[in-house]
Amino acid sequence: MQSDFVVSPFSGQPMYLQIMEQMRQKIAVGEWAAGSEIPSIRQLAVSLCVSVITVKRAYLELEREGVIVTRQGKGSFVAPDPALSPRLYQEQFSEHLDRAAQLGTSLGLSDREIVQRLRKAVDKVNETKLEKEPQ
Amino acid sequence: MNDVCVRLAGVSKKYPHFQLENISLELPVGSILGFIGANGAGKSTTIRILMGLVHQDKGSVEVLGHAMPSGQVAAKQEIGFVSEDMRLYGAATLAWHMAFIESIYPAWNQPYAEVLLRRFDLKPQQKIKGLSHGQRVKAALLLALARQPRLLILDEPTTGLDPVARREVLAELIAVLADEERTILFSSHNTLDVEQISDRIAFIDRGRIIAFDDKEALLDRWRRLRLVLPPRGALPQLPGIVEVGGSDRLPVLTTSQFDARVVSLCQDRGATVQAVDPMTLEEIFVANVQSRRELQPA
Repeated sequence: MQSDFVVSPFSGQPMYLQIMEQMRQKIAVGEWAAGSEIPSIRQLAVSLCVSVITVKRAYLELEREGVIVTRQGKGSFVAPDPALSPRLYQEQFSEHLDRAAQLGTSLGLSDREIVQRLRKAVDKVNETKLEKEPQ
Repeated sequence: MNDVCVRLAGVSKKYPHFQLENISLELPVGSILGFIGANGAGKSTTIRILMGLVHQDKGSVEVLGHAMPSGQVAAKQEIGFVSEDMRLYGAATLAWHMAFIESIYPAWNQPYAEVLLRRFDLKPQQKIKGLSHGQRVKAALLLALARQPRLLILDEPTTGLDPVARREVLAELIAVLADEERTILFSSHNTLDVEQISDRIAFIDRGRIIAFDDKEALLDRWRRLRLVLPPRGALPQLPGIVEVGGSDRLPVLTTSQFDARVVSLCQDRGATVQAVDPMTLEEIFVANVQSRRELQPA
């Protein structure tokens, strides 16, 4: 089986996290539809040339998050929840917000400053959107 | 079914200038163990004991349910062994070797052997003496793989291979594991190969096992922390510190027992945690060996 995942031991990020991230993206963009079958742990390990335990770990964590389900003897599937891909974005968003709030606090920023900085970040995104739109 | 493929318990072997001390390892069926050590650390001796080629002074060895060395004849039917110093007949062709192995091992899989010939880019009519080092290694691996043994024991299978050949060999090893009943133990001083394909890792140094764990657990436990201390601040006491580097205000700590509490422990002591970096297997191996050698000089 040919794989379209790219994992590298040099990226600085553990390989199981790289696999998780790419699986989440496949689901978020709809390439792996809700409820569809995904490669088995061993299949993916062989095609990535990565150890079974590394892929297993990625699968276990994604199962814990409710993103995929594994049925004994049947294989692994994307969770049947149709709201899954919006939820993945929601979760990522909350995670980043929490992290930003923590970092802001440990930098000694006031609550108001943190909120202002978020405001600025949103403005920046909107600006780049406007620049791109005429094309 | 017995789900442990290899079990060593308290194995010791004494030589005049080297001894293997109290080696205990266990390898579940369907997994790959990467055995890492410097030259002369005891990798090959351990492997030879596993194969029944060297007899241990103490301890028990069990391979595929056979006690070693007493059960070695039965065990060897199911073990494929490739080592660096293994010699094939220079005057004979690879095809001759393939026919020879097929005549001894009924499990020989000729179609698979032919797939491997193509994948490894080997010519069966070529005489062994005309092969390069890399081709010889691949030929020896082909002869072991095509028997489809339940256990493959490979002593430094990737040493001296060019990058393309190494990649082919690693891919073929991982492909073996698509079959859940088969197990691989391989030794290497190339930690990158081991990190990529192993499920379990054993570090050996000066005849002792200094670490033995699931690869993921091992990589998770080791972290390098970069801290910023307040003026005249003391270094926080953290669990499992193996190495302290950096400067007074900007220390760099290496820990072998990292978890989330370590970060809060630092913060409670007034230190700012600038970075928590994961380490490569090579960095972990070197830090582990060095800290032990400092504590216990030879």
